[in-house]
Amino acid sequence: MNTATAPNYELIQQDGLETSLLEISMGPHHPSTHGVFRMDVKLDGETVVDLKPVFGYLHRNHEKLAENMSYLSSMPFTDRLDYFNSMTNNWAYALAAEKLIEVEVPERAEYLRVVMAELTRLVNHVSLVGFFLNDLGALGTPLLYAFREREKILDLFEQASGARMMCNYFRFGGLRNDVPVGWIGRAREVVDRFPVFLDEYEQLLCENEIILSRTQGVGNLSRELAINAGITGPMLRASGVNYDLRKVDQYGIYDRFKFRVPYGEAGDCYDRFMVRMLEMRESVEILKQALEGIPEGPVMGNAPRVFKPNPAEVYGRIEGPKGELGFYLIADGTPKPYRYRVRPPSLINLTVLRDMCLGGKIADTVIILGSIDIVLGEVDR
Amino acid sequence: MSILGGGIFKGMAVTLRNFVGSYFYKDRLTTNDYSWRPNDKLPQRAGDYPKEEGEQRRDTTTVTNYSRNFPMLLHDGGEPMDTVRCVACQICERECPPQCIYIEKSTEKKENASGKPQFYPATFDIDVSVCMSCQICVEVCPFDAIVMNSQFELSTPNRFGGLLLRRDDLLKSNGYYHKIHPEEAAARDKRIAEEKAAKEAKKKAAAEAARKMAEEKAKAEAEANEGTPDIQENAE
Repeated sequence: MNTATAPNYELIQQDGLETSLLEISMGPHHPSTHGVFRMDVKLDGETVVDLKPVFGYLHRNHEKLAENMSYLSSMPFTDRLDYFNSMTNNWAYALAAEKLIEVEVPERAEYLRVVMAELTRLVNHVSLVGFFLNDLGALGTPLLYAFREREKILDLFEQASGARMMCNYFRFGGLRNDVPVGWIGRAREVVDRFPVFLDEYEQLLCENEIILSRTQGVGNLSRELAINAGITGPMLRASGVNYDLRKVDQYGIYDRFKFRVPYGEAGDCYDRFMVRMLEMRESVEILKQALEGIPEGPVMGNAPRVFKPNPAEVYGRIEGPKGELGFYLIADGTPKPYRYRVRPPSLINLTVLRDMCLGGKIADTVIILGSIDIVLGEVDR
Repeated sequence: MSILGGGIFKGMAVTLRNFVGSYFYKDRLTTNDYSWRPNDKLPQRAGDYPKEEGEQRRDTTTVTNYSRNFPMLLHDGGEPMDTVRCVACQICERECPPQCIYIEKSTEKKENASGKPQFYPATFDIDVSVCMSCQICVEVCPFDAIVMNSQFELSTPNRFGGLLLRRDDLLKSNGYYHKIHPEEAAARDKRIAEEKAAKEAKKKAAAEAARKMAEEKAKAEAEANEGTPDIQENAE
């Protein structure tokens, strides 16, 4: 126990009573922190007075490693940034490198990329919602229902890429290999049955009074703060900003699909939860269209495996399931990037944690952190 | 929200339905069922995995067509070191992201499967405790010498030596590759044959042209064409 005074906070002094703030170190090994993440919290009773996120325990030197190996070699390392979404990580990196070497991606590869990315979004949101409810105290049931669905999609990933999580499937100029025979039919089956699960899940949770009272009005993030802090992804949209890179940039072939972008109003934990639930329905819509229109053909363009790009600076970004995932590369004419930088949505969305938690209860901190949707592999890199 | 607590009961109905359903619906039983397989037929080593003749695998997801675990070195059958495809060019060693490959080039050349004198790996080690199964080595190999194995039962009581696969552990025949990854192996073989045919046609055309151009010098030039192509050049 430690005594400390938080900035801008006055302790209530009563006659004959000495009070002090309680400083707690939540983490790095705390079940609610989704990895090795620490929150130094100062408490007045149960109210959070100050909060300092501490991270870096999982730092793996990702960026410097990538600067010391060829462009292709760091592709498998991008899987390990946000290990729930290896496919979208691959895509963002491939997009940046494709700008460097200017290759065309074949039609079939573009469609398969969209399919993989949207399946990844389903995987991410479904596990996020599960973990979020786990944090809320709904131990087990929602998480395991979610993981049951996730498993079906991971099976698809395994059949296509050979690995469940570390897919390493995208290549500059296409995909590593075509999907096996019958894969598209199996994917369609999974996609068609997904809304059934969503209906069930909504029935299970969305009207539950305990969830409503614990999430509504908790951890409000105002629109202005969200924009100023550079928040992206479902968290930004939950705060009422209609901004989705799939619509703004229309990278890949997203301009060909009809889908809506759900966004919230209040910017509280419930909105963040619901935006993800609704986004999954839109992902299913995109998947149906993409699986319908998928053409035959090669999946790999004429891209060299190892190359020396001309000196240039590029930034490739996509709408990852967690937010804007960007890769910034500087090429200097050698086979290795001179500078390699990741813009991790998890880390940048985490910066507003303190603002959302101040004044709330300590139990709400756990939910707010859960609703941000961080993966420590990406925060620490 | 009409009645307080109504939403909770609604949710409880879902869990009840799932609970009851788990006894009746096959797709609710997500655990792989191995009971159909006698105990001694369970995959002890993944080398056994390509099922015996006529045996039907019920689970489709345990080992898939593209499953990859750790790399192996291909040879074309017979005595492994006589037909090994690897020429110790060390590209995979250089490109390997976690740097788990260690190669020592042989000092002298030896005839390989195609009858050409080539270098061969005197040492070829893969530390599977470091390898992350990313398949980059397979993609950069210009000689189709290294491919992914699907063997996954590699546990060993020997922590250091047991997890360091030496050249002779890594050598597997092309037939074995066809067994574990039939589609991929067939496609690879087809591509190799096509490349070989194209190369030979090109060589033939070049020889033909040379003969026509200068008949007295034809023999010398044709011989020069027969010479070993430079490894570094191939690698590019």
